[in-house]
Amino acid sequence: MIRGRALVAGEAQGEGLMTSEPLSFWGGYDQVTGEIIDRRHPLSGQNASGRVLGVPGSRGSSTTTAVLLEAVRRGTAPAAILTANTDSFLALASIVADALYQQPLPVVELSAHDFAAVHTGEWIRVHADGSLEVGDHP
Amino acid sequence: MKLSRTDRDQLEGRHGPAPAMAMSILVRMGEVLEADRMLDIVAAHIDSTLYMGQATLDFAEKLSGMGAKVCVPTSLNVGGVDQQGWQSWPVPPAWAEQARRQMDAYQAMGAVPTWTCAPYQTAFRPKFGQQIAWGESNAIVFANSVIGARTERYPDLLDICAALTGRVPAVGLHLEANRAGQLVIEVSGVPKSLQAEDSFYPVFGLLVGKLAGDRIPVLTGLNVRPTEDQLKAFGAATASSGSVALYHWVGVTPEAPTLEAALQGRRPQDSLQVGMPELRAAWQDLTTATGRRLDMVVLGSPHFSLDEFRRLAPMLEGRRRHPDVSFLVTSSRAMAALAEKAGALKSLREFGGRVTLDTCILTTPMLPSDVTTLMTNSAKYAYYSPGLLNTQVVFGSLSDCVQSAIEGRVVRDESLWAG
Repeated sequence: MIRGRALVAGEAQGEGLMTSEPLSFWGGYDQVTGEIIDRRHPLSGQNASGRVLGVPGSRGSSTTTAVLLEAVRRGTAPAAILTANTDSFLALASIVADALYQQPLPVVELSAHDFAAVHTGEWIRVHADGSLEVGDHP
Repeated sequence: MKLSRTDRDQLEGRHGPAPAMAMSILVRMGEVLEADRMLDIVAAHIDSTLYMGQATLDFAEKLSGMGAKVCVPTSLNVGGVDQQGWQSWPVPPAWAEQARRQMDAYQAMGAVPTWTCAPYQTAFRPKFGQQIAWGESNAIVFANSVIGARTERYPDLLDICAALTGRVPAVGLHLEANRAGQLVIEVSGVPKSLQAEDSFYPVFGLLVGKLAGDRIPVLTGLNVRPTEDQLKAFGAATASSGSVALYHWVGVTPEAPTLEAALQGRRPQDSLQVGMPELRAAWQDLTTATGRRLDMVVLGSPHFSLDEFRRLAPMLEGRRRHPDVSFLVTSSRAMAALAEKAGALKSLREFGGRVTLDTCILTTPMLPSDVTTLMTNSAKYAYYSPGLLNTQVVFGSLSDCVQSAIEGRVVRDESLWAG
């Protein structure tokens, strides 16, 4: 069990997709498909829709929030997002998704140590109190 | 978080439903950011104007439908469509209609239709020390660094909440103590001739953004005084490859008369030295295309200023672009009107160039599908085009861009960057 801080609380589960490289969702996340499209990013070409996406934080453009909000509306957003810092952009997208569509996306901040302990391919259950269970694919 | 009486009144709906929704979002954000209070802002710049799909229109129309009105002077960033010119590009009409509705919603809230990503070059330019809530990464870094105004990195959707309430969580770069430099980057071995070149600044910015990430870099070791447009190109690049919202350039920016002042007397977290090898790598990184093939030259991210139009005009005088290469400048309606009055658009038209207003190639689906290779002098265009537009890109100086448009193939003077 890993304890994080729920920036936006919620329950979700999915296969982990982790990166140590920050991501700008604008120019980096295709809100229509959920594909990572920043061709300079290590996750380029991966699809994050429905997965538990771990990014240390967002980067660059202030339109990241709008892209993530639209992805939530379309159902192409990650199931939950794990961060390694207090990322206000990703939290905001989720808070607005809650205000507009009553669909908050769980966002959990982990310590750098815990963030590094979660790996791509692991099955991750996110709880509303910010705790995570990491295990094998059910 | 301690709320003022007005904050509470807004939150509880006594100022109407729109400030209540905006304040509830701000309060939740304040909790995420562990703010202990809110503070007043005197102006806002709204990046939420960008149409990213039904959700951003839903949000804008929800607010405008509740009768939302901004309560501080508010400028608008680029919109989703060039309302006067989209028909001459392959913009899908349904898309243009949605984007226009979103632009209308923000105007209905009382914001001024500046439609530019360079609001610091308009009458909405803030002053040193002012607390503001600005969206648009390049505008944020310019306002904080070059002007010394104080803004956090406001994401889309939050900037308008600040404008509707006049309040923001008192965190981050709003607070003096958080504005100290964190990473000292000392540059050495860069020839003065290169430092004087416009194309040095986007490349240097790309490198600094990559090194700094979200830290506050302090730059030393250069011996030129950059122009405002050079700092604009530099900052836009730092906010593309990194999340830089504030940099200090010793001897150049207002909070950095000395290295000690930029660091607020503290020790930096880290220090790095960079020189030509790192700059050359950053310069190469801005180009993804390998051949000489070229479809389009595009200038103006951030939006072209009057000075930039004036510098471009004589380079185009009496010349004509190659029929296979289109030539586009993106700017604001105000800048283009000034440039027209200054006589700086005539040679651009005769050259066969076009101007798109109020938006840019990254934010409206205007490029014909047969455009696969772009050339630009903008690090921001170069950085984002491959992902957002699925094009190849070539970075060059302004004169490289003009020369390539004339010859119909990529030509670059690479001598300045030669090893």
